[in-house]
Amino acid sequence: MEVLDHLIQGFAIALQPMNLGLVIFGCALGLFIGAMPGLGSVNGVAILLPMTFLVPPTGAIIFLAAIYYGAMYGGAISSIMLGIPGASTAVATTFDGRPMAMQGLADKALITAATASFIGGTISVILFTLFAPPLAAVALAFGAAEEFALMMLAFATFIGLGGDDIPKTLFSIFIGLVFSAVGLDIISGQPRLIFGDIPGFLHGINFLVLAIGIYGIGEMLWTIESSKGDVQISQATVTVRRIIDDLRTLKETFKSVIVGSFLGYFVGILPAAGATPGSLMAYGVAKTLSKDPDSFGKGNPEGVAAPESANNAASTGSMLPMLTLGIPGSPTTAILLGGMVIWGLEPGPMLFVEHQEFVWGLIASLYAANLFSLLINVAFIPAFIWVLRLPFTVLAPIIFVLCIVGGYAPTQDMHDVWLILIFGVVGYLMRKLEYPLAPAVLAIVLGPLAETSLRQALLISNGSLMVFFERPISAPIMVVALVLFVLPLLKLIKDRVGARGAA
Amino acid sequence: MKTLCKTAVLPAVLAAIAAWAFSGAALAAWEPKKPVDFVIMAGKGGGADKMARLMQSIIEKHKLASKPFIPINKPGGSGAEALVHLKQKAGDDHTIMVTLNSFYTTPLRQPGLGVDVMTFSPIGRMAEDTFLLWVHKDSGIKNVEDFVKAAKSAGNNWIMAGTGKGQEDQLLTNFLNKAYGLDMKYIPFKGGGRVAKELAGKHANSTVNNPSEQLGFYEAGNTVPLAAFTPDRLPLFKNAPTFRELGKDFVYFMQRSVVGAPGMSKEAEDYYRNVFKKVYQTDEWQGYMKKKSLQGEFLTGGDLKSYWQREKDNHQKMLKDIGEI
Repeated sequence: MEVLDHLIQGFAIALQPMNLGLVIFGCALGLFIGAMPGLGSVNGVAILLPMTFLVPPTGAIIFLAAIYYGAMYGGAISSIMLGIPGASTAVATTFDGRPMAMQGLADKALITAATASFIGGTISVILFTLFAPPLAAVALAFGAAEEFALMMLAFATFIGLGGDDIPKTLFSIFIGLVFSAVGLDIISGQPRLIFGDIPGFLHGINFLVLAIGIYGIGEMLWTIESSKGDVQISQATVTVRRIIDDLRTLKETFKSVIVGSFLGYFVGILPAAGATPGSLMAYGVAKTLSKDPDSFGKGNPEGVAAPESANNAASTGSMLPMLTLGIPGSPTTAILLGGMVIWGLEPGPMLFVEHQEFVWGLIASLYAANLFSLLINVAFIPAFIWVLRLPFTVLAPIIFVLCIVGGYAPTQDMHDVWLILIFGVVGYLMRKLEYPLAPAVLAIVLGPLAETSLRQALLISNGSLMVFFERPISAPIMVVALVLFVLPLLKLIKDRVGARGAA
Repeated sequence: MKTLCKTAVLPAVLAAIAAWAFSGAALAAWEPKKPVDFVIMAGKGGGADKMARLMQSIIEKHKLASKPFIPINKPGGSGAEALVHLKQKAGDDHTIMVTLNSFYTTPLRQPGLGVDVMTFSPIGRMAEDTFLLWVHKDSGIKNVEDFVKAAKSAGNNWIMAGTGKGQEDQLLTNFLNKAYGLDMKYIPFKGGGRVAKELAGKHANSTVNNPSEQLGFYEAGNTVPLAAFTPDRLPLFKNAPTFRELGKDFVYFMQRSVVGAPGMSKEAEDYYRNVFKKVYQTDEWQGYMKKKSLQGEFLTGGDLKSYWQREKDNHQKMLKDIGEI
């Protein structure tokens, strides 16, 4: 087993005292960066990139990868505890993580998230170890048509869910798509929907702005209304006994974790996609496959497990195109890529041949980073629980400040802060009117990817839609997507027919 | 406990005083007062992006600046987003930008943006990037003659991937179409890294990537350079002739320059000029230029402005030629 030899060599590198120290330090740091709303792995890695000159390239990438990993774990924390996504990759975690925390199950949600992250991370690293070069070929095979087919599948997983109000889901998706069209158009180079030259719209509506508005501000308004002045919002406690009980019930979420891990990994290796679409898709698929889809969004642990395993798996996955093709699979790997150039390593197909020590040291350190992130995360759970037990009168202003800072930090534009406030109020009203908000968030993430790839594919095919059905990879994906789109319609007809038959 | 506090606090206070005194002494020269926004007018992973991040890290490594330079990608609309951003930051001493040739073409194509690049502050031209014509190895195309034959027979179905509408890649595509009587179809993608991948994955038939974008695939033997848009052959790709050798007198470079927001104070401009001059001279930068086959001297001030004027007029002519303006 050549792979095993490489891996053992890699471990010898990763377990050197300094590298191991970097892994632990990186994981702890990443955890806190990830837990801060608005600050995600991108910011963490970018800020700490220059620090890596102090150590050799292998140590540097190990450190940055540990931060990346830690941040993926940490993102779940504020999603669950405060209802604000700690990073864009953790948005789907709020859907069920927050309701669980409100029901006093915060400890269970956190443990589910940590374990799911660990399993997702481990599965993806094993896949990475065994199949890195062949999977690089899969990433290469994805052109514009395949990318669009994948985006359709992502939408389909959300719309094809039974139980939801379909017209309202559609409305939510379309409003998200309209938001995603704001800004400068890549293909024509013309600005769109900038409302009479409001300059802040030129960079488009940042996805985090929508997510923080809806989930941060909107959630706060919702809590104010529903708690009616009750200062204690959740009766969270944590004991060792409870943790052990939580661990015991984890096997319920096993299926979702496996789905999330594989899906997240494969979406992660595709250039341009990354961990955010991966975790959203995993949530949608887990819900579709679940025996009890209606409980999703109301505090189902599977709804935490699926996106959390997916975002960790995707973060490993997105290293693959970075290392083998020199194409970043996510914004964070784009920064890592910059780092490699600085250290004098040329990413690309030859990296695995010419710099084995670097590649396998990195892979081995991913195993280590995974383990330490889990341990550090679980160790801090009592501290996180303590935050939840703060009176709401103390917590609400803190959440508010975190939302504003988190929204301002990435673009440093007050325009985005106003948008957050508007989205917060609108999100709250939509929730009151029982519009699902998740599809809007999904649409604003996937919209720009879907639109660009659709137009590129149609330009290539001279406007023929058959391009999506003629190609060997895009055709099956597209067919599955269409089936998922049509299923709810069939169900509707069947119900009608059934009702008539009964009458 | 008390003594412990004292021993810990006293040196800290002294250090603070010393730092304050030191900063007072250094007041004479302008220095950034907060982190500097380092805008990149292209997407992540492309040639411009990698270069900007290299510059940032050289600045950090050699401590060439007292405050960090924070890279911000603004790829929208072939650089329009970045240009408008800089225009809005007029008079700001903490916003600088890495530019490409979309610096000329985007304002020419979109007069509505109201951007006049000649008002931007000339900090330094760090390099000129080169262009080559690339095809996939499996296409069996060995030289420009084969390429012309294949592209001609494919007609409008020959796909050339590039980085944006009306940008350098499209100008080169149009040059090739005109010079060889071809009808290649141009498809814009986000960033040169993505374009390179489209060719390696055979989703496009050809590209006009910079060497740095194709190097990984070239070294792995996936892609082949056919000819260079430079005056002389590139040391890295000795087998690829220049278009000049092939009888088409056409030379085209991509500037890699750093500009400041319009109306930046003279002191700040001097400061950044000094920083980037030092960056240019470092071994890292010189080594990078060699490795990625970049060319060009460090240009700044009036020289850089007259270079811009020349290139702008040039691009105006080229864009008119192809009916983009």
